[in-house]
Amino acid sequence: MPANLLATIVNIAVMVGFILTVVPVMVWVERRGSALMQDRPGPNRLGPFGLIQPLADALKFFFKEDVTPTAVDKPLYLLAPALAIMPALLTISVIPFGPALTIGDETYPLMIADAPAGVLLFLALASLGVYSLVLAGYASNNKFSLMGAIRASAQMISYELALTLAVLAVVIPVGSFHLQDVVDYQRAHVWNFIPQILGFVVFLIASFAETNRLPFDLPEAESELVAGFHTEYSAMRFASFFMGEYMSMTSLSALGVTLYFGGWSLPGVDLHGWLGAVVGLLVLVAKIAFCMAIFVWVRWSFPRFRYDQLMRLGWKVLLPVAIVNLILVAVLTLSGVLGAP
Amino acid sequence: METLIFLLFALLAVGSSLVVVVHKNPVYSTMSLVVTLFSVAVLFVLLGAPFIGALQILIYTGAILVLFLFVIMLLNVTREESAVSQQKVQAGGALLGALVFGGMLAVLFWNARRPMDPMTEELVSMKGLAREMFGQYLLPFEIVGMLLLVAVIGATVAARKPPQPDKPVEDLEP
Amino acid sequence: MSVPVSWYLVLSAVLFAIGSAGALTRRNGISIFLSIELMLNAGNLALIAYARQWGQHTGQIIVFFVMAVAAAEAAIGLALFIAVYRQRRTIDVNRINLMRW
Repeated sequence: MPANLLATIVNIAVMVGFILTVVPVMVWVERRGSALMQDRPGPNRLGPFGLIQPLADALKFFFKEDVTPTAVDKPLYLLAPALAIMPALLTISVIPFGPALTIGDETYPLMIADAPAGVLLFLALASLGVYSLVLAGYASNNKFSLMGAIRASAQMISYELALTLAVLAVVIPVGSFHLQDVVDYQRAHVWNFIPQILGFVVFLIASFAETNRLPFDLPEAESELVAGFHTEYSAMRFASFFMGEYMSMTSLSALGVTLYFGGWSLPGVDLHGWLGAVVGLLVLVAKIAFCMAIFVWVRWSFPRFRYDQLMRLGWKVLLPVAIVNLILVAVLTLSGVLGAP
Repeated sequence: METLIFLLFALLAVGSSLVVVVHKNPVYSTMSLVVTLFSVAVLFVLLGAPFIGALQILIYTGAILVLFLFVIMLLNVTREESAVSQQKVQAGGALLGALVFGGMLAVLFWNARRPMDPMTEELVSMKGLAREMFGQYLLPFEIVGMLLLVAVIGATVAARKPPQPDKPVEDLEP
Repeated sequence: MSVPVSWYLVLSAVLFAIGSAGALTRRNGISIFLSIELMLNAGNLALIAYARQWGQHTGQIIVFFVMAVAAAEAAIGLALFIAVYRQRRTIDVNRINLMRW
């Protein structure tokens, strides 16, 4: 029992440490990357290449005055930023970052929660992210915040459907909801994004909408509705919302990479033991970094969707495409093309 | 260990369900119901049904209660005012609840209890569940699909604005 | 030591009793609805407990269907609340009494 507990603690340290480290790195990548794409230098005063900039931002958020408006609903107002971070930390717990380690006579899986319904648990916990938006908008006692919150949460739950259907299509040939089985399937056959390119496109677009990133960031855009649902938040609470957004981007990228790009595995390389665990973790981190770079790239390349265009895309385009993908994958699995489950 | 987890989440479920039925503000009631349903989902997993536990979080807390919150905010439901006669009604409600509970306990301990078999891999796995669902219970599954379709259509029709009579089109400038 | 099934059934009874007390005492339509959802979940807990005791999947399948029906009922019920609110500007069930004797 203590050995299992120790293994879980190590797993938690690795994954949570990773996801917390990503946030300042992403701040820097976002600002320098956007500057690169806009043909300007970006932050380059603090440290070489502006690398100390995220630290400066964090210090600024710490020392800024925390203004709490008087007429807000205090408990819900204080709960909403915490709820923004919670789903990301919970969902990262079902992502495997390496092959199972065999120490002595016990096999330890390299994931925080070795749940048989891993994929379903991820989707379930990710759907809890709506509450932070809704509560922030409601508790702020501000018409614009409420409207922004309603629009944001309507957007999130609409695209959750397409996301779930795309993920479901991946599970069909694998025959199991466990993410380690998904990775093993992709090691034995081909990476999932080749036969299920349609599902991958749906997943990509839906994950932009799930995390409120451009081109779907109408709810939090600077020029719309003042600032959307986080109008009344300042300093550390505002930083919590942004941390939550980056962390949910990371965990959703981790899921996408594990479902469609083979997770921690490299094609043709057989990883096992301690070396395999370390290499697996590095491979996963590299793939997630690639995904995050795509997030930043798309942000500065596309104009923003209007709200009705957004809802039309989610319900009238993505949902039928996801259903077609599901049927296609089911037919291919039954006819044996995609390998037996 | 299992007893500890059960006690913790059972107490959490009972406590937050009390908040659900007692608190005046409907938004707080809904958030307490979220906590209750989360605890019940944990108990489901403890009872060897992880699939149903995940579905509980996905469907109930992720969709149904969000719908509740939307409607509460749309209709701007405010705190309930309690009239003086509310005290008697609440006391009566508590008494009724206690009676219902007592009745259920009586029925529970009246029937003979069978010792539990250890949890099998087959019970927890989803393959067995899927085999039964799509084998023996395929017809109810399809009917529930139709039911959900009918519910969506009905909800859309019931909640939309009543159709306005057509306004006359104004003459356009040439 | 494993938790006996009767504990789960007692918990289910407690939740059901609390839910029924709430459904009968509240004046707000939405709060009544929340109490009804609580009662449905108490029933689900009892069904899963019995599925565990008898080692069969039937209880879990029934819970699946109950959840789907509860979702459908919630959607239609809330749509009806919106429609009633448009007419009467209130959801206080003491004031929506046009059909009462």
